[in-house]
Amino acid sequence: MPATTETILGVFAYVDTTVRALEDLKAKGYHDLTVYTPVPVHEIEEVLERDRPVSRVRLFTLIGGLTGTASGFLLTIWSAMQWGLTTGGKPVASIPPFIVIAFEMTILFGGVATVLGMALLGRLPRLTPSPSFDPRFTNDRFGVAVHVAPERGGSVREILRAAGADEVRP
Amino acid sequence: MSDSRSASPTFADVNRDVVRTLEPPGNLYFAWMCVVALILTAGIVAWTAQIWWGMGMAGKRTPQMWAMYITSFVFWIGIGHAGTLISAILYLFRARWRTSIYRAAEAMTIFAVLTAGLFPLIHAGRMWFAYFLLPYPNQRYLWPNFRSPLVWDVFAISTYLSISTVFFIVGLVPDIAALRDASTGWRRRIYGMLALGWEGADSQWRHYRRAYGLLASLATPLVLSVHSVVSWDFAMALVPGWHSTLFAPFFVDGAIFSGFAMVLILLLPMRHFFGLHAYIEEKHLDAMGKLILVTGLVLTYFYVCEIFTSIYSGDEIEKASLFWKVTKSYAWALWLMYFCNCISPLILFSKRARTSPTILYVVSILVLIGMWFERFNIIVPSLGHDFYPYTWGIYYPSLTDTMVVIGSFAWFFILFLGFIKLMPSLSIVEVKETLPPPLKDRGHAGHH
Repeated sequence: MPATTETILGVFAYVDTTVRALEDLKAKGYHDLTVYTPVPVHEIEEVLERDRPVSRVRLFTLIGGLTGTASGFLLTIWSAMQWGLTTGGKPVASIPPFIVIAFEMTILFGGVATVLGMALLGRLPRLTPSPSFDPRFTNDRFGVAVHVAPERGGSVREILRAAGADEVRP
Repeated sequence: MSDSRSASPTFADVNRDVVRTLEPPGNLYFAWMCVVALILTAGIVAWTAQIWWGMGMAGKRTPQMWAMYITSFVFWIGIGHAGTLISAILYLFRARWRTSIYRAAEAMTIFAVLTAGLFPLIHAGRMWFAYFLLPYPNQRYLWPNFRSPLVWDVFAISTYLSISTVFFIVGLVPDIAALRDASTGWRRRIYGMLALGWEGADSQWRHYRRAYGLLASLATPLVLSVHSVVSWDFAMALVPGWHSTLFAPFFVDGAIFSGFAMVLILLLPMRHFFGLHAYIEEKHLDAMGKLILVTGLVLTYFYVCEIFTSIYSGDEIEKASLFWKVTKSYAWALWLMYFCNCISPLILFSKRARTSPTILYVVSILVLIGMWFERFNIIVPSLGHDFYPYTWGIYYPSLTDTMVVIGSFAWFFILFLGFIKLMPSLSIVEVKETLPPPLKDRGHAGHH
């Protein structure tokens, strides 16, 4: 499949022209898009996220957090049982003080899992730059890369230019 | 000044202005570095002496075993809290004014926790046994006592340091990518590695944004828990003046109060020397001033509560301890604290004061002095006057512990000075987000 697709990149200077290009491309049935933005832009996200499920990062956070809670209680209760020393007439495995440890471990594991999730889902770190990336995209330009079959490249270029792209390549 | 909005910076201006802050520094910067490095060296020499000759060098004797080191530990942990408040809590509240100050504040948090973390080690004396604090399997089946607030503290502080660092690095990634694309040579290679190949693609942003929001929601309860746990180091003990349920909110509020003062102390010179007036405006100073004022008033309320509950408790020992604090050996420290924390922020009721860098700076310094003495007043006089007259005692600082405490400030400032020349001290992405987005069709702009 990759051998038969071509990537066409449109470089935009404005948010509204980028949004127009995305709307036009989507209307014409081009859904294989990569959009580069220097900042997350609400208007652009709105167009892109319309038919996408919510990012799965939150699942990582939940699982990480629950793992943390469980390991916090396990560590404290288990290690207290290892040396069953009764103090103050309280149970050896006294839950209230262990809540503090479990809470901290929840946050720690949840946070680390969130970052791992972000890296895994966003495919970071990336060792080589993707071919359609342009350094201006971290400064003040917006990029729309369309992945299409070569014979449809002409119409994509047309749409990008009509929407107001400063530059269309290749 | 108010008209500067009409010519608000463009996206490219933000990149240019931030890259400008990373240009090779001038002589003034190196002069500051030298001064700070000298003070730090003195602190390290003092610490070395303490390791060599023992804890007696630090003036440690009963009943004042906690004295200056734990005072400074609590002080530095507290400083960190304002950074997390700005970076996480204000993020969740969508307070847009935070964007231009949050990066520096977050860096401050990490450096403050790194400074604070030194004190338990210095205080422990034989810090090469510090790993005893961690739960690890050993031959004798000994585990930390998880019912001890000191062990909670180990968990709270290390989680706080880890999560703040992770949060900070995640926030830095897109900015480092912008620096990578704006630099050449060896800098480009280093920033390239640190940016993890960030490109700002929609497939990256969507997970990034979600992850950032989740991290902020995790950091928010964390920051409130950390100083609560620190306060329980005291409140769980029976010492008069410590044993109070008031301590958790009292500590958290004081932490944020002192943290904001430190943010201003770092931010005002940064704004001046880097010429960041277009980003850190008067309204930012105004907002910070208001936060100092509010947290200061809340703190005053807590002081009143503390005195009231002590008198109302009917506990003779508690009342005696209070009377001793207010009138005897350490009364000067207590009244200095009341002046710095309760009286001096009141000037911020005036808008003129809140927008004047000089007044803000002076108030911030007073607040830091006041907050350091607050922890001193909690620790030293309480320990010096507990249940038995037999154990009462006065603490005298020694040269060693004084130098270590002063050295800790140098350690903090050397980290911050290094940071502002190596990393973007202004968040490129977040500042851009608050600017009006570039639109071709201006007629339809501004409806959102």
